[in-house]
Amino acid sequence: MRSIKEAVMTGTHFIDGDVACAEGAIAAGCRFSAGYPITPSTEVVERLASRFPLVGGMFVQMEDELASSIAIIGAAWGGVKAMTVSSGPGISLMQEHIGLAVMTETPTVWVNVQRGGPSTGLPTLPAQADMMQAKWGSHGDYPTLALCPNSPQEAFDLTIRAFNFAELYRTPVLVMLDEAVGHMLEKVVIPDAEDIDVEVRRFTGKSPDEYRPYECAEGSLVPDLAPVGQGYYFHVTGLTHDDRGYPVMTPETQEGLMYRLMNKIDVDAVTDVRESEVEGCEVLVVSYGITSRVAERAIRDARSQGLRVGHLRLVTVWPFPEKLIRERCTQASILRVIVAELNLGQMVREVERAVAGAKPVRLVGHPGGAVHDPNVILAAILQEAS
Amino acid sequence: MSSRDTQALQSVPVNSPMEEWLRMDRMPHIWCPGCGIGTAVNCFVRAVEKSGIPREKLVVVSGIGCTGRVAGYLKLDSFHTTHGRAIPFAIGLKLANPELHVVVFSGDGDLIAIGGNHFIHAARRNVNITVICVNNFTYGMTGGQVAPTSPKGSVATTTPYGNLESPFNLAHLADSSGASYVARYTTYHVRPLVNTMKEALAKNGFSFVEVLSPCPTLFGRRNRFGDGLDIMRLFKEKSIRRDGLSTDAATVDLQNGPIVVGRFKDRPREAFLDVYNDAMTKALGKDRFRPYGPVTMREPQDSNGW
Repeated sequence: MRSIKEAVMTGTHFIDGDVACAEGAIAAGCRFSAGYPITPSTEVVERLASRFPLVGGMFVQMEDELASSIAIIGAAWGGVKAMTVSSGPGISLMQEHIGLAVMTETPTVWVNVQRGGPSTGLPTLPAQADMMQAKWGSHGDYPTLALCPNSPQEAFDLTIRAFNFAELYRTPVLVMLDEAVGHMLEKVVIPDAEDIDVEVRRFTGKSPDEYRPYECAEGSLVPDLAPVGQGYYFHVTGLTHDDRGYPVMTPETQEGLMYRLMNKIDVDAVTDVRESEVEGCEVLVVSYGITSRVAERAIRDARSQGLRVGHLRLVTVWPFPEKLIRERCTQASILRVIVAELNLGQMVREVERAVAGAKPVRLVGHPGGAVHDPNVILAAILQEAS
Repeated sequence: MSSRDTQALQSVPVNSPMEEWLRMDRMPHIWCPGCGIGTAVNCFVRAVEKSGIPREKLVVVSGIGCTGRVAGYLKLDSFHTTHGRAIPFAIGLKLANPELHVVVFSGDGDLIAIGGNHFIHAARRNVNITVICVNNFTYGMTGGQVAPTSPKGSVATTTPYGNLESPFNLAHLADSSGASYVARYTTYHVRPLVNTMKEALAKNGFSFVEVLSPCPTLFGRRNRFGDGLDIMRLFKEKSIRRDGLSTDAATVDLQNGPIVVGRFKDRPREAFLDVYNDAMTKALGKDRFRPYGPVTMREPQDSNGW
């Protein structure tokens, strides 16, 4: 379906990534958010708190991130699209409920405006050091779907996409901003409502007698939801459960459930990798989020010196687009692969795993607190000592 | 299962009035002989029957623990959430779908220890939900560890030399945090419990019912309170009913008595959603504010918008 006209702020705006993210959520149909103040993500919920009452939504500031992160799961089961927003320490507190959303297959969106860590770290300064937490932060095996915008415009666009993926796959979806993108003011074009595609929640067509909460249709790995309050009398639990939703503590039940959860996200369908002059390049730079903006400058400078440099930007960071990265990074022309990221080596491990020794992979890391100096990335491209 | 258990199961009448409210395909349940949680569930179902609430609009949310399994056995829309977080889940559910009657049914460790912060804030916020806390003075499911409700001096696996700490008075905690309705009974008081649960369900605002319950296996046995029947006798003999008593005086002393029970607080206090809709209408005006009624995401499909 299309977005709701009265709710969408169609037009050209000069806003920051946090505000754009909030507007994206509203355009996507989000009508409930619970959160707790934390820099640098607070502007997202502040925006929602002022905008929601005008569009039939509600923001509640809860007592902590544990409460916020499960309130949105409750709200999603109540029938609305729901989102929570946080950063570093708050995201750490929310990990248990990301697991609950995975296990109960609750469509929800989780925004992480990343800051420097560990612990209280650098509240007002950027980092991209939660990338592996996004993948592995909650206990147990689970699939992660995470998107990484590099501008306020993308904060708007990808928040909508996150809501759509959440509905399509019945899963929590993470939007990984960082302090720089969150607080960066740029032009954001919000389209007409009729040009915004919004995924509607898919409810079962079965009667309560026929319905089994975690039974999938032929050819699908994503079960249909039942509406609450309509006499389906369904049970939802964080325990390992069978297709009735009942707890069953056997290795067989665990096996069936885990393989379905791990396989239900269509990696090819969710993959979004932006490529620039990759074919025939000698050096290939892999980056994502704010660092891709810095890398672009370094790549431009290197190209002006006659070097053939390609750029791969991960928009979907999880599931990691392993196959595509392997294909692009192992072309015959490539001398080396450079991974630039605002941490001391996270996604580079995934790139190394995909490349599997076929080409040298070099990390240009940064401990956070600022973005890279583009000359540092340039030096790595030119293989100069930096 | 021992032959005694099998016999006990077979002795349950086939057409028990409880059956239609239970997921019979999940029986037998996990609760021990002499446990009071089943009694609390029975009272709850009776209260629901008397309340006139349409069954499909009644939703039960539990946390983790023995009482946390209630959601799994009741044949309602039911949610078994994480340890300590049933209340904020319930708040999200209720605010997203205000036409639901949302009941949190969980234990003392879940609601008051790990979930204590949510408990006091929910009472303060006064969202229209009902919280039923089965207080058995211990952590049953994990084997009898000390709880913030365990009596001072009581023996638990983690306080082998006696509990050094004083327990919370849950009724006082709920009351002083702003709950609209606060009551306490024991599983001996089945009829008052049915009535008080019915009142709590009807109350607009945060309502709290504490149900003192025997845990003969892990609390009673270790602390020389005897089996389930002995603890029921203790509840009968030591309880005094004091409706309207100030909750700071409504104490629980299992050893020497009294165990003060009754409906301590029933006050008119505007519930969260009513406050929200009134305040937003004032702040934004009738034309701009879109009231937060039973909004579901299906509604935007209507040609009229919301």
